[in-house]
Amino acid sequence: MGKQILMKGNEALGEAAIIAGCRFYFGYPITPQNEIPAYMSRRLPEVGGTFLQAESEIAAVNMVFGASAAGARVMTSTSSPGMSLKQEGLSYLAGAKLPCVVVNIMRGGPGLGNIAGAQGDYFQATRGGGNGDYRHIVLTPASVQEMAELTVLAFDLADEYRITVLILGDGYLGQISEALTLPEPTGKVFEKPWALTGAKGREPNKIASLKLVPDHVLEEMNLSLERTYNEISSRECRSESYLTEDAEYLLVAYGTSSRICRAAVNELREEGVKAGLFRLITAWPFPAAALKRASLKAKKILTVEMSLGQMIEDVRLSVDNPERVDFYGRSGGMLPETEEIKRRIKAYGN
Amino acid sequence: METKTKNYKYVYNRPESLVDKQTHYCPGCGHGIVHKLLAEILDEFGVRERAIVVAPVGCSVLIYDYMNIDGCESAHGRAPAVATGLKRVNPDSIVISYQGDGDLLAIGTAETIHAANRGENFTTIFINNAIYGMTGGQMAPTTMVGQITATTPYGRDPMDVGFPIRGCELINSLERPVFIERCSIHDFKNTLKTKKAIKKGIKNQIEGKGYSFIEILSTCPTNWGMKPQAAADWVKDAMVPYYPLGNFRDRQE
Repeated sequence: MGKQILMKGNEALGEAAIIAGCRFYFGYPITPQNEIPAYMSRRLPEVGGTFLQAESEIAAVNMVFGASAAGARVMTSTSSPGMSLKQEGLSYLAGAKLPCVVVNIMRGGPGLGNIAGAQGDYFQATRGGGNGDYRHIVLTPASVQEMAELTVLAFDLADEYRITVLILGDGYLGQISEALTLPEPTGKVFEKPWALTGAKGREPNKIASLKLVPDHVLEEMNLSLERTYNEISSRECRSESYLTEDAEYLLVAYGTSSRICRAAVNELREEGVKAGLFRLITAWPFPAAALKRASLKAKKILTVEMSLGQMIEDVRLSVDNPERVDFYGRSGGMLPETEEIKRRIKAYGN
Repeated sequence: METKTKNYKYVYNRPESLVDKQTHYCPGCGHGIVHKLLAEILDEFGVRERAIVVAPVGCSVLIYDYMNIDGCESAHGRAPAVATGLKRVNPDSIVISYQGDGDLLAIGTAETIHAANRGENFTTIFINNAIYGMTGGQMAPTTMVGQITATTPYGRDPMDVGFPIRGCELINSLERPVFIERCSIHDFKNTLKTKKAIKKGIKNQIEGKGYSFIEILSTCPTNWGMKPQAAADWVKDAMVPYYPLGNFRDRQE
């Protein structure tokens, strides 16, 4: 165990990327994730890496495409409006099977919205905002410690499956300062024989998503991607079940809203109410089986989001008797309140 | 047989950097010529095994199928950003961003200008044929005034859609590019000049000098509705007067 230090969420994520062996970062300023590029611009030169401020989010994600094609561990980060711009690149990365880590520190939307933390990009993150049949892994940290741990994991998952891993945080997580223990490097090594390093002593490598002829080649590629996605779905679902075994009232949340839910569960338990929390750690793949288990004894399932109801669709699809699923959300950068959660749970009992 | 051919040596052959494969380009198209020039140059410098070509979106998207080197796709207009990523990771690789006029001066203007402005150490080959070829002959940012295309059926009206953009002049306003030249492949003499310019651009990269930009006026007989020779003549008569050929910058330090 390393010693505990105090860090901002965004900076912990940056340091964790360096621990994971990320030596290339391309990004464009946008609040509330600006500490990430600032941190990388300071730290990467110290470890022999490259930081480059791109001319746009679109350019940044395409620089990521090039760096990944060259075989590097590479990351970009942004916040919601910038994430919309990155969707083109994410689709091409998926089609070209290039690994990378992309961070979205969500803020209020739609449009320019505001700069407070929000969770309005769940659909975009889990359904895919770019064109075509593709998926990417979505990790949802809920603390500064987890911002760091999941970042290290993200790089390994990206290389293992040749896929984009999206870290879906929010402005509160990015800005909060908490004690954490920095993670250790995992030491995993991934060979990249497909990388573009010059055709020395081998046939030329080509990185491309264009599959024109014959007619069926694109479907074949998409089916092969689907096999990877199925493998990920069966192996990489992550979640935390907190006091769910006997829970009559189950809260479902992720990220910052899950912290508020945890406080509500603790207070409800003190009052004798059998409440529990199911927290996502991966939003895709969605931990449906674990949620189903956690919800077995629940009379009511309250989905709590910092949006007007996006994850709730996955919750309804996962549990038996989905009419049990209810919703409480705040939008536009506002936070759900512990008291309101408690009030609603108690009202179910009456 | 063997003893007989022993005394002969090849004086002209297919470049090793070029794949022995029929291209999808139309008769009279300039892409094939430029691909071959590039392949010859990579051979001449002996850098085939370090070279990576970044393909644009457009007719030359399949350049990576025709070049016997590593190849990378890019989204429309993003070739300079992809090339930046490739080159920054492996500074020893020889990276060529091969771009058309829509790619370079419309959808990818920002990426083009900023890569040039950073002085990225790669070589841009810019094929200006005054039209969108792959999508069926729509107006390009370089389409000539009055030129009829699929989306300018009454001819390009500069008071409506602006005048054609001159790439070299635009890049020439930036400090960091080291080499900027406009060439043409409409005849043999100019094709040789084009080869010389590309060669300089690759040499600059090998020597770590920085960003080189070679604009090549090229033909699109199919979408111009001309026969190959008429298309070559149109480059000379219609394009060259508006897009003056020559070197804009050749920085030696």
